[in-house]
Amino acid sequence: MSIDLEKILRPVDMVLPEFPAKYMTLSNGQEMVVRQVNRDEIPDILPHVEKLMHVERDYYHIVAARVYAELLAYYTHRVQDEYVLVAQVNGEIVAVVNGRIVNPDIGMSFHTLSMRRGLRVGAHAFAAKMEYHMDILKQKEVLIVAESPIGFRRWMIEYKLEKRFHIPHELGGCPSWSLTKELFDRARNTLVVGRRPVPEKLLAKAHTAILPPTDPPKAPEDLLAATRSMLDNTGTSLIDMRRKLGGL
Amino acid sequence: MREVYVAGIGITSFTRLEYPLVEIAAYPGLMALRDSGLKKVDHIYVANMGGGRVNGQTGLASAVVDHLSLTPAGAETIENGPASGASAIKQGFMAVASGMHDVVMVIGAERMREVNQLEATDFVATLTHPLAEYIYGVTLPSLAGMFARLYMEKYGVTSRHLAMVAVKNHYNAMDNFYAHLHEEITLEGILDSPEASTNNPYVADPLRFYDMCPVSDGGACLILASVEVMKKINKPMIRLAGIGQATDTHAVHERKDPTDLLAVREAAKQSFAMAGVKPEDVDVAELHDAFTILEIAESEEVGFFKKGEGHIALEKGETKIGGKIPINPSGGLKAKGHPVGATGVGQAHEIVLQLRGEAKKRQVKNAKIGFTCNFGGFGNNVVCLTFIKEK
Repeated sequence: MSIDLEKILRPVDMVLPEFPAKYMTLSNGQEMVVRQVNRDEIPDILPHVEKLMHVERDYYHIVAARVYAELLAYYTHRVQDEYVLVAQVNGEIVAVVNGRIVNPDIGMSFHTLSMRRGLRVGAHAFAAKMEYHMDILKQKEVLIVAESPIGFRRWMIEYKLEKRFHIPHELGGCPSWSLTKELFDRARNTLVVGRRPVPEKLLAKAHTAILPPTDPPKAPEDLLAATRSMLDNTGTSLIDMRRKLGGL
Repeated sequence: MREVYVAGIGITSFTRLEYPLVEIAAYPGLMALRDSGLKKVDHIYVANMGGGRVNGQTGLASAVVDHLSLTPAGAETIENGPASGASAIKQGFMAVASGMHDVVMVIGAERMREVNQLEATDFVATLTHPLAEYIYGVTLPSLAGMFARLYMEKYGVTSRHLAMVAVKNHYNAMDNFYAHLHEEITLEGILDSPEASTNNPYVADPLRFYDMCPVSDGGACLILASVEVMKKINKPMIRLAGIGQATDTHAVHERKDPTDLLAVREAAKQSFAMAGVKPEDVDVAELHDAFTILEIAESEEVGFFKKGEGHIALEKGETKIGGKIPINPSGGLKAKGHPVGATGVGQAHEIVLQLRGEAKKRQVKNAKIGFTCNFGGFGNNVVCLTFIKEK
């Protein structure tokens, strides 16, 4: 009985082609590998995502919470036709990107979670995700939304995405934007980079273990700074600062 | 004129700060008060460029003096484009040197990240000539791009030299807690690898992404005082010994040779003459590298190197910490950040740290004479400062 119920609950995934791993040199000279992960690696990723749920900065908290849920759903077979790519530097996880196949023509981009700020880590990982939809899955368009201003700048502006506002995105029903094949081809030479095959040692290092990020995003020192600036125009915050500085 | 010393210093991180502009200005003021041990000042000068336009905050100095509970001290806001900071220091110097005041607080503060980069770039571009430049879409990066192209053709500077400036300053900033960018970069990553053109795309040809300073928020403060005040507090005697200021044509194309930064040359000359030192006496300098090409050009114009040889000195490592004349040990505007109105004060803050011997890992050994160049407009209003450590 329980087995039958699980069959009902569990969607039947399509057999998706694998994303061929690639690598690229970052601005700091390090080499970053982007590769697809299977379900059995998800438990290794979740703890690193979980920590970012508490980072109240640049919408890391909501993105991490949603990515956590999406990875868990993928792991427990509660989402249909999802895929997950990770970016690693020396085995250390620096980004997770994921998405879903809606139908043979349309992809649904879920999230890009960068665990190391700067160096276009997230941008390179996002480009790999789009490459998967366009070049590997041969889709016609990918529906995208951004939850942070950084995301908006990276996706909507850099790729000059088209509006598909009449289509609610699976993330919160927000109006969708679209990366079409034509837009992707235009961006191909400037935004989509990487080399294949990945040198054996580099790939082996990435497969050996998903190591924790050494420099993950952190919350600003004063979590309430933004709120305080809206609510406090009395100087109370300065009095508090004075106290911290030793009672000037 | 009386001699003028730096009694206290303070700074915020140069980064994105989620504080109101008034607090960004006030916080380093508090730090400087604590550093100096002083509890009141006679006058406050606040350098700021964009408060009215970007933050909807005018009369900043009046707000800051009250925020710091330092009323009834006098307070004035100084706006002189990106050179506002050093201009405010100059005003503070004159107030103390003249005998009008004994203790003056000079703050520089800016909150540029309240708007997006496009608006921030446009706001800074308002300092260009309104009819000859701005209306045609000229921005500071575009002027710097044209300047760099001319410089390359005339003096043999290459993209690699520009990238070397960026690599050096990012490296220095790694040891500066207050710097905006704590991100080491390499020539391979930004110039040589197959991915370099994506990592480091052209922004204003020949200048690329890593040739540009970031858009930063931040504040910095110097408290200037007379020798009588300094005798009462136990602080190193860092004297503001020289100030020079010069201007050039508003529109860059009106200059006889746009690669000659005459205002930098003249301001540096004045500053060194007033301090009674020569360029070769300087132990450490903070130059206004809003764009990498400017560090090279300014290093020549102020007299550290012959015209057209700044990039050669860079190649030899003479501008690194430990080199002949370390430039931008803080990371410079390139990596420490460039909150425009605060930049000049931030440069002076670094020099005072260096002369005090408090710069930790990025300390220039035995630094006794320090120099700053705060570059306003595109070189049309420049203020240079020379600091000397006294026994």
